[in-house]
Amino acid sequence: MKRTAGSLALVASAAGAWELYKAIGSADGTSVGGVRVLPRADDAAMPHLWTVLHRLGEPELNGGAPIWEVLVKACLTTLGIVSAGFAAGALVGLALAVLMERSSFAERGLLPYVVLSQTVPLVALAPVIAGWGGQLMPQWATVSVIAAYLAFFPVAVGMLRGLQSPSAEAVELMDSYSAGWWKTLVKLRMPASLPYLFPALKLAGAAAVVGAVVGEISTGTRGGIGRLVIEYSREATTDPAKVYTAMLGAALLGLAVTGVLTLAQRLLIKEIRT
Amino acid sequence: MIELSGVTKVFNPGRAGEVTAVAAADLTVAAGEFVSLIGPSGCGKSTLLRLIADLVPPSSGTVTVAGKPAARARRDRDYGMVFQKAGLFDWRTVRRNVELPLELRGTGRSERHARAAEMLELVGLSEFASHYPAQLSGGMQQRVSIARALADAPPLLLMDEPFGALDEMTRERLQGELLRICAATGTTVVFVTHSIDEAVFLSGRVAVMSARPGRITDVIDVDLGERTEAVRQAPEYFGYVTAVRQALRGPAAAVPEQAGPAESAPAVRAEK
Repeated sequence: MKRTAGSLALVASAAGAWELYKAIGSADGTSVGGVRVLPRADDAAMPHLWTVLHRLGEPELNGGAPIWEVLVKACLTTLGIVSAGFAAGALVGLALAVLMERSSFAERGLLPYVVLSQTVPLVALAPVIAGWGGQLMPQWATVSVIAAYLAFFPVAVGMLRGLQSPSAEAVELMDSYSAGWWKTLVKLRMPASLPYLFPALKLAGAAAVVGAVVGEISTGTRGGIGRLVIEYSREATTDPAKVYTAMLGAALLGLAVTGVLTLAQRLLIKEIRT
Repeated sequence: MIELSGVTKVFNPGRAGEVTAVAAADLTVAAGEFVSLIGPSGCGKSTLLRLIADLVPPSSGTVTVAGKPAARARRDRDYGMVFQKAGLFDWRTVRRNVELPLELRGTGRSERHARAAEMLELVGLSEFASHYPAQLSGGMQQRVSIARALADAPPLLLMDEPFGALDEMTRERLQGELLRICAATGTTVVFVTHSIDEAVFLSGRVAVMSARPGRITDVIDVDLGERTEAVRQAPEYFGYVTAVRQALRGPAAAVPEQAGPAESAPAVRAEK
């Protein structure tokens, strides 16, 4: 209850800050020595929040359903892509973590590449994945692959830390029972890694949303929220509020994904404590 | 129960960090005995315990536990182990922690329950069965870990400074309890400690070790009869404490080879 009130207060104060700056900020922005340090506060750059909300209720330029409905549909499409990408990424991350925990050779060999994988710019990688995958799978699946590519990383790194978290004595205890690698994994390392796993999964969820949105844009996939962001931003000069509705949709999608993961965490942690 | 002959353990052999942790150790422990390993930090006493447990393989020499090679004894679960840190799994209740070795053995649920209840009764923690480790004090956690070690009724208990992290009062109470539990179950114990008092109070024999390389320099028989709290005040007790202390200081300081209470007790009185 307290937490809900806290987050509502935070949203309210962010909205307040937006409107406050819009009221007192210069319409042309504030420049120091030719460099703009504060953004423009005119209606084109910063529409009133109520204009954005109002825009949600109206249809797109060529008519049809109100924008909020279009957004919800697009978000659900993207959510499907995100779910597939997240699931695949989390599984790959888990498998890599288990492999790296199993053998220090694998850890030394793989970990640098796991880290390196995230330094490749996504905009460069997305067309490559789309090009390769285009022959093998539907377009939405190539976007899922891009989402998975971002999602596996926090899981692999976080889970590896978690699997390595039991003390030397706890591992010796399992050895003293001559419990093999598998039993030690299931009875000791897996449960011990849960406090590391869930924060990693939440990061992976957010990364999967980013991956899906960017993936949709760079592969030109239609129907998702990423596509709407790019479409609506083309109308930024004539209909600025519309751009913000799409961004709002993307943000809410990210929140929904992490919300679901938080819920899953609560349920699972309760389940595992016996 | 245990037979070590010429056991040597060299870590990182042939490399820069080469350390002889244990050198040519010979030790025999009979069934039902309580033997302490005492020595300064780094003398290899914990390594020696791990050699008995087959958690590290010896570089040379043989380790026999319960009449078989140590590796076989570990597979047969012939011993239970207690560490300095209780090492309980904090996502499991006390009862489920005690059940762990039985679970790994594939014991049925109802038998596990019954056995865990029995063990918790033994260590006096029955009413804490459904608590989580984080809700217990350090002493209680260590009692749970003793219950866990004894859960599948091993004939041998290996303890690595189990009371080292506890306060003096808790430690003395647990020492008494440990002796009671061992007497009740007939368990053989090898007990690593760096406390002279503790070694003398608990043990039938104290194996004194010296560092670099770690070797057993002396084995002192402690004959104090039944260990009641009164023993802690007995002159014979102080006599043995002195004997162990002298053995720890090295052969130069040790007075007679077979230090017994008769010779060393008066020396203690003179000091006081």
